[in-house]
Amino acid sequence: MRKVVRILKIPLIVGLLCIPLITVLDTGNNVDAFSNQIIQKGATGTDVIELQARLKNIGFYTGAIDGVFGWGTYWAVRNFQYEFGMKVDGLVGPDMKAKLNKSTSYNPSSQQQSNKGQSPNAAQSSGNKSKGPNTNAQGKNTPSGYSQNDIKLIANAVYGEARGEPYEGQVAVAAVILNRVQSSSFPNTVSGVIFEPRAFTAVSDGQIWLTPDERAKEAVIDAINGWDPTGEALYYFNPNTATSGWIWTRPQIKQIGKHIFCE
Amino acid sequence: MIRSILIGALAIGVVGTSYWGYKEHQEKNAVLINAENTYQRAFHDLNFHMDALEEKIGSTLAMNSRSSLSPALAEVWRLTSEAQNDVGQLPLTLMPFNKTEEFLSNIGSFSYRVAVRDLDEKPLSEDEYETLKKLHNHSNDVKNELRKVQAMVIDHNLRWMDVELALASESEPQDNTIIDGFKTVDKQVEGYSEVNWGPEVNQLNEKKQNLSKNIEGEELSEKEAKQHVLDFLDIDKNASIDITTTGKDSKYQAYSLSIENPENKSSVNLDVTKKGAKPIWILMDRKIGKQKLSLNEAANKATNFLKEHDITNMEISESSQYERMGVFTFVYQQGDVTIYPDAVHIKVALDNGDITGYESIEYLTNHHERKVTEPTISRNEALEQVNPNVQIMEEGLGVIKNDLGEEVLCYEFMGTIENETYRIFVNADTGREERVEKMDGTEMNYDTM
Repeated sequence: MRKVVRILKIPLIVGLLCIPLITVLDTGNNVDAFSNQIIQKGATGTDVIELQARLKNIGFYTGAIDGVFGWGTYWAVRNFQYEFGMKVDGLVGPDMKAKLNKSTSYNPSSQQQSNKGQSPNAAQSSGNKSKGPNTNAQGKNTPSGYSQNDIKLIANAVYGEARGEPYEGQVAVAAVILNRVQSSSFPNTVSGVIFEPRAFTAVSDGQIWLTPDERAKEAVIDAINGWDPTGEALYYFNPNTATSGWIWTRPQIKQIGKHIFCE
Repeated sequence: MIRSILIGALAIGVVGTSYWGYKEHQEKNAVLINAENTYQRAFHDLNFHMDALEEKIGSTLAMNSRSSLSPALAEVWRLTSEAQNDVGQLPLTLMPFNKTEEFLSNIGSFSYRVAVRDLDEKPLSEDEYETLKKLHNHSNDVKNELRKVQAMVIDHNLRWMDVELALASESEPQDNTIIDGFKTVDKQVEGYSEVNWGPEVNQLNEKKQNLSKNIEGEELSEKEAKQHVLDFLDIDKNASIDITTTGKDSKYQAYSLSIENPENKSSVNLDVTKKGAKPIWILMDRKIGKQKLSLNEAANKATNFLKEHDITNMEISESSQYERMGVFTFVYQQGDVTIYPDAVHIKVALDNGDITGYESIEYLTNHHERKVTEPTISRNEALEQVNPNVQIMEEGLGVIKNDLGEEVLCYEFMGTIENETYRIFVNADTGREERVEKMDGTEMNYDTM
């Protein structure tokens, strides 16, 4: 009985998982060969999985096959280019793909097998003949110094505090949180800043535990990557609901949406 | 008969309701006591740590040898961070206590810097000894002031929940003994401006202050700035644009523009400098469709964008794909030297290659033509400073900001130890290992959903 359920489940899950991938990366005609893109460091997706698998196949790459073109993959590509007498630039173009196709073999389904145990999704989809596991089941690019969980936590705070605000206002709230982490007069961790008593109304009234949308997460990643619409603000308040008189004495920088940001 | 049944039912109802109410009340009380205890614990911890801090700083005054001074200062550093942690757990966020927190943080960085220094080679200077003495006095004052508050809290059973209530109420002035006590502490600390923290602590790195300093040219009016932006972004003159100026008292002086473009249902927000109307950051908000571009094509778009706007000699130093978005960091290349402080970030939508974000505050505050000198030590001499376990993969010359905030020319080595990648900067003049970074950027997915 369990087997039947599983058999039914697999195509369904795999089908759902693959919709974005097929449309995104299926520019090539060959079923299990690279698409036409030049793959460069920082890229994610099935092409990177194939690249990593092929490089691992001939011993250039020793890391996990996570579908993220990180430093490990970068060095492997460079070593490969060096060994095969190509221009060493870390970019995977048509030349290198041709050489990889010749010198290595790649079987997408066995690739998924080897991913077993890395994540529930990858394990579930193993053994099928589809084009590759969903990127969500794989690794992710993460701005240095922050984990995916930090990003989620900040996104929760941003969503709770500013979900009705324009995108700029959401990036601004995320930026204030990060500015506080940097500041000497606030705690030095993301959670310390967010859960500081009375710091954020969304934390006090529990709105922080609403499920954030993708926009909030995007805003957080932008803020971590350096965007700060606030001019390095440390405080913000809603002038209609602010209860503290002291907050009005801070030098104001600007208003974004309903919030006034100050130093 | 019916009457007695009714009375019975009502009586049961009343008893049931009061029992339920009593239970609710009890539960609420338990939660309140729990919260109160958390505050009390943080508060008394804070007092304990301030006591210990004062004592430790005091004892360093009588120490002479490195073997006792270094550990004692390391202990001071630890205690300041404990005390800061305690403060972070108290409901003091929206009241003036930030001077005290800054004070603690400064003691921390001062003591850390001296503690990790080779004191045999470079013993405590006169100035630093003076600073320590002052710190001892000041921490003693803070400790005493806090002790007073602590005594009141214990003697009169003052509750932190009342502090919360007082702070939440709109009535000013807030009449609360604890709040008054903490305000007194902060007032006192405000007067400690004469402490000489040394060069490292004083340079609080605020980028915005350098904005007007580093950029040449005349201040433009709002109208002129608007025109500049229209040219820069190459948009329809009829698009609706809002422009505002940042606050008068703020150190961040800029114009903020907001542009609505009904055509592709997007809005663009940006800040530009008053001098020369240079964009500090740009953010475009629109829905991103399916991915059609590779990260590499997006990188070319970003490179072209910089070229079109006369920001030249920029090289990609980092590139990352986040879902349907490519984010690139460009840094300035002067000759064959990479100038890391002059960085620009660009975000490209992977559906049609639009530049959806641009960020250049570091570039604007740092960029200038530098006189890059020849390194005094050779590449091989620099390499000797690098841990022999690191396998060097790539190398070059780069300018970075060191811990003192000064720009230094370094040999840059990229290398690996097993599967980890490291970037190591060795000062090209002194051979000092200025910075070692472990390069991350990817993470396995831990999602359970």
